[in-house]
Parts: sequence; C-alpha cells; structure tokens
Amino acid sequence: MTTDVQLTSLYQHLLLDHYRKPRNKGELREATADVHLRNPTCGDEIRLQLQVEDGVISDIRFQGEGCSISQAAASMMTALVKGAPVADALAMASRFTSMMHGDPEASRDKDLKDLRALAGVARFPVRVKCALLGFDALQEAVKQAGGGEVAGEGVGGTAADTDLRT
Amino acid sequence: MGNPDRMGALAPTATTVPASGPVPGPVAHSGPDSPPSLDVERLRKDFPALHQEVNGHPLVYLDNAATSQKPVQVLDAIRGYYEADNANVHRGIHELSRRATEAYEGARQRVARFLGVGDPAEVIWTRGTTEGINLVAASWGGANLGPGDEILLSEMEHHSNLVPWQLIARRTGAALRFLDVTDQGTLRLEQVDEILAGGRVRLAALTQVSNALGTLNPIREIADRVHAAGALLLVDGAQGAAHAPVDVHALGADFYAFSGHKLCGPTGIGVLWGRRELLEAMPPYMGGGEMISLVERDMSTWAPLPHTFEAGTPNIAGAIGMAAALDYLEGVGPAAILAHEQSLVAHALAQLRELPGIRLFGPEDASDRAGVVSFLLGDAHPHDISTILDAEGVAIRAGHHCTQLLMRRYGVAATARASFYLYNTREEVDRLVRSLETVRTLFA
Repeated sequence: MTTDVQLTSLYQHLLLDHYRKPRNKGELREATADVHLRNPTCGDEIRLQLQVEDGVISDIRFQGEGCSISQAAASMMTALVKGAPVADALAMASRFTSMMHGDPEASRDKDLKDLRALAGVARFPVRVKCALLGFDALQEAVKQAGGGEVAGEGVGGTAADTDLRT
Repeated sequence: MGNPDRMGALAPTATTVPASGPVPGPVAHSGPDSPPSLDVERLRKDFPALHQEVNGHPLVYLDNAATSQKPVQVLDAIRGYYEADNANVHRGIHELSRRATEAYEGARQRVARFLGVGDPAEVIWTRGTTEGINLVAASWGGANLGPGDEILLSEMEHHSNLVPWQLIARRTGAALRFLDVTDQGTLRLEQVDEILAGGRVRLAALTQVSNALGTLNPIREIADRVHAAGALLLVDGAQGAAHAPVDVHALGADFYAFSGHKLCGPTGIGVLWGRRELLEAMPPYMGGGEMISLVERDMSTWAPLPHTFEAGTPNIAGAIGMAAALDYLEGVGPAAILAHEQSLVAHALAQLRELPGIRLFGPEDASDRAGVVSFLLGDAHPHDISTILDAEGVAIRAGHHCTQLLMRRYGVAATARASFYLYNTREEVDRLVRSLETVRTLFA
C-alpha cells in the first residue's frame, strides 16, 4: 500500500526533527510569565515560560507531553518568537492560525519559518487544535506578562477546553 | 480457546423467543467441544455502517469498546416504534399509549431475561452505565456511607466508576481504597483479602472487563470475598455485557450497570439492575413525573419499583432498540462472540509482537481478555498513530480511554487501542497491522 500523499506531507522530516529534538525545551529559573495549558480531550500538555524585557521576548522555554504535532509546533513557535517583540509574536500567532484554517497565503509566508512545515495539518481538522496549543500558551503567557490585550480573535481553543493552571 | 469461566458467570442465558423481526439463525459449530464459530460475512450484511469507504479505503471499524455499530434489526425496531406506536407510556388510556407501554415494559422483561433475573421490577432504565453508577453512589451511598467507611475500587476503573464515588466520598466522609493493577493488567485476589480484612469496606465497585486493557476480571471470586466481609458488590458491565452472556446472580453482583450502545443498541439507554431489597431501601435519585404515587404541597410518596428511579418521560425508543439488540445478540450466540473476539485478539497479538518498537498492554494470553488490544509503537504518539490509520480507513481510539489512573500506573499519557466485535474479521486485523507498518515508515 502506498503511503497517502497527505500523510507524507503531514509527517515531514522537519516536524519529526522538532518532535525528537525540541528547541528551547526546559525551564527558566526566572520568568515573567509561567503558564500551564492542557487539552483534556486528548491529554496534550504544555508549560510555557517567558522572560519579557522592554516589550521583547528575551527568553522562552517550554515543557510538554503530547503528539508529534503539538510538541513540534510548540518547539517551532519558541524558535520563531525568541528575541521578537511581543507585538510581532502575536502577529505570528494570528498568521499561523490563518494557516491552520487553510489560508494558502499564510502558508506561503516565509516569516513563519519552520512552522510552514505544518501547513498540511489544515487537512486534518481534528489535529488543528494540537498545532495551536503552543500559541494558545503564548497568548496566555503574554496576558500574564501584562502584554496588553490580544488583538483580534483567539488563537484557537477556548477557555472551556483548556485548563489554565498557572 | 478461551476460558469463559474467567467472567465468573458465563452460563448460557435462558432461551427466549425474539420479540420481533428476523434475527440471525443458528451459528455454525466448528466441532463437538469447541465453541461455536460465527458466520461473520453473513453478520456483516446486517450492519449498514460497515459498508463504506473512509479516506478512499474500505472502513475497518476497530473502535468497538467506545461504541458498536447497529444492525438493521435494531434500526428497524426503533423506526417501527416511531412510525406505528409512538406515544407516552403509562397513564395513557388510548391505544397508542397502550402499545407503547407494552413494548416498553416488554423491553424491560427482555433485559431481565438477558440478566437471568426473575423480577423485571429490579431493572431500572438509565441513560447508560454512567447514570446507573451515579444513581447507586448518590442514593445508596448517600443513605449508607459515613466517616470511617470505605469504598473499594481498582486502578483500572473507567472514570465513570471512579468520579461518582469521589463525589459521594466527599459528601459523606467515606474513603476510597484501590486495588493495584499488575504488570500483566490483572487484579490480585490477595490484595482484595488484605483490604477487606480491615473491616471498613461497605461496597466494592469494579469493572467486569477493562475497557483499556481488555482484562476479564475474576468477578465471582471477588464477589464471594466481598460478601464474606459483609459488603456489597457493584459490577460495571459497560464492557462485560457486550461480549458474553450475563447472569447477575451467578456473577455474584448486588448491582449491575451497563449500556445499550456497546452491544449493538442505541446510545442514551442503559440499565441498572439491583437486588430488590437494596433498591427498595434506597431514596429516589431524581424527582419528577413517573416516579411518584401521591403528590402534596410539602411531600410526596414514591411509585413502587422500578418507577421510583425513573423520573420523567423515559427513552422509550431506546429501550425498545436495546431489547432488539439483545434479541440480535442472542440469535448470534453470546458465548460465540467472546470466542470470536479472543481469536481476533490472538491473531493480532501474534503479529503485533513481531513489530519492532511495539509495547503491548494487558494480559499476554488472549483467553484472559475480551476483544481489546492496547499498544504503543516506537515514539509515535497514539494520536499520530490514529491519524495515520484513519488515513488508511482504519478506525481505532487513542488517548487515556477515561482511565487516567491506569495510564499513570503504566507511566504513559495515552495508548492506541484497537477493539474488536462480532463483525470484525482476521483480514481487518491484517489491515491494522499493515497500517502500523505505515506508522513505522513515517516515524522511521
């Protein structure tokens, strides 16, 4: 049986690389924000810590447990927003959400870097929430860090299906 | 093949005449001493949902421990009720109400026969296993538990046989005790003895079959110990009733809760059976119509069993559909269903053990399980496994299976679970294994 094209585009080398060798995984000794999100329906979990200085995410770490998509997406997200102004990080969140909802233009946005490897997730609707878990945590962390109101719609999920344990 | 005695009470059920509609004829016998085998190809024709393509592949439905597919005999019974007899039950004087009541109470008698029970008033309709357990926990537990009392559970309980007891324990001051699960996915009778020796256990609530591992628990042996200690036994039959005949007295149960949808019936209907003297001493669980006798401003009196516990207009069509499902299973031969599942489990385990990176959960011997195989494969997360299998038309479940205590005991967050039923084939098991090769390729 030949392997489905959509499957091979989903489980790319880059995704498995982030899953097996996650970037910025670990714990910050001092953090401006420290959030713990879990998706009770599938058990994916993430703890995300931010260090914010002068409106810039100067450091970021995550710990987590879950499927390759949730953990790779979190790893890619941290690599993307580390060193970025908070406002830019939130813009990336919005861009990535558009991509997850099938926006072809967003999937061509080079600024999303490794996260573009996740464009195939849009064709697996039940897995989109896995990919959004990292950015959900980022949004919560920015709020906790006093990063102001998050512009636009939520990145994904709702308060009802995530369990905030800070 | 198979050791049905592990279920505690697999005596053949009383023979009955199906209420209505065609049911499968006698099954083929493969030999004088071997259990009857199923004519699976013929049975499959009864299940419309099995005959479809998913993602370009013929569907392989291996999520039966979550819910079963429904045969046309059940669908016809539900449709026939709504088309010809639909009316509210009891109290009505008109013809349709009489017919609806007759079918609804006939369904109760059908369940009583399935359970080997002489008194249909001991059969309480519920929305499912979860409601049945909540009913006992709230009503019996609220009236009988207090500080110092203990409820005995196990680490393999589904959350629906755990959380209701947590709620009543908090309300009454009772404590929860837990039986450990061995590496093999079994319970230890010695530990049952140890905990009962403390003299504080008032009720044990245990599953007949583990939904996550497939383990067939030695319910009869546990029942004898629990009763010798002066305590009661509630059996969670959500998985058990689907795979084998049930005789609640032979099983040694004081309460038995199960669902229609796991055994070819509709969702939203289930049964709590309890011994009459226990049910009669219990306060109502919900108030409303159907469950009263006389109503005054400040107080009411209750209708007799079973209506004491059946407030509100019941799921009439669900009850009728569940009875049709029991007729269907009886026509198939419940003992043959378990044997068939165990042969599929043996076929699956033999191939899965050859897959590099496989980790299998539950008893090694297929005869110690119902049709459930839980596993992990390499570093592919169960959700990834399930997505990949789904792309090839194979439906399994991935997650904690509502058994977080069990997952923690094995040090995992989730497993992938394939679960078999009477209509699954060896070829479908082979499709599962082939798709797992795709998982290995993608996660190489």
